[in-house]
Amino acid sequence: MKISIQINEGPYQHQASDTAYQFAKAAIEKGHEIFRVFFYHDGVNNASRFTVPPQDDRNVVNQWADLDIKDAEGNPELVVCVAAALRRGMLDESEASKNGVDMNNIHPAFRISGLGQLIEAGIQSDRLVVFGD
Amino acid sequence: MSTKKFMYLNRRSSFGTVYALESLEVVLIAAAFEQDVSLAFIDDGVYQIVEGQNTDGIGMKNFSKTYHALGDYEINKLYVSAESLEERGLTEEDLMPLVYEDEDDDWEEKPSVKIVSNAELSKIMSEQDVCLSF
Repeated sequence: MKISIQINEGPYQHQASDTAYQFAKAAIEKGHEIFRVFFYHDGVNNASRFTVPPQDDRNVVNQWADLDIKDAEGNPELVVCVAAALRRGMLDESEASKNGVDMNNIHPAFRISGLGQLIEAGIQSDRLVVFGD
Repeated sequence: MSTKKFMYLNRRSSFGTVYALESLEVVLIAAAFEQDVSLAFIDDGVYQIVEGQNTDGIGMKNFSKTYHALGDYEINKLYVSAESLEERGLTEEDLMPLVYEDEDDDWEEKPSVKIVSNAELSKIMSEQDVCLSF
């Protein structure tokens, strides 16, 4: 089955991202395809490459990166909503330079894109599963 | 591209959290994809379309007028939970008079808001392909 995931909450504050990760991992192990993971609301914070949790805890961002969810051309399918990301201080290189910000913090396993990607995921996938409050 | 039935489920009030605003942003984008779109307002979500919202005292953007634009995007199925209204002491008269122009009926202006029971709403939800919950 082709599955997409929407994550609405940030890491550590909320279990949504952890549960979604466990779900995605189990689905892949069962032979399903994760078409896209879309990060929205505070969920965009799951894409910060500056995340440094204590050593005895899981690294939520790296866990997602290690799942290696990509399209056929090798582009990341961990997608961060641009509008939600920018207003929360999450920027990739291109958005940083466009907006005159001297740094970027999006992990390279993720990419920033528009809300259309969420709708497209809903259209293309057999299931779109939402994690959040 | 195939057409699916998308429902956007709004469960929270307008300004306490960002969910209402960011849900509306998704809905407006979704309109460009020519899918079958409907919105549901349940629990505190019914406050999103209450008439006369004013954010002067809280320093936040009042986006409530944007709901009036939904009709122009051919988004005209707005289901409101009757129970949620009643629990909050609200009636249909407290809601914004949201309308759309029916192209199949000589562009007559018709109401977009439909008050339904939770039982009816759950039936409508079960007919959807995709339910996005905010």
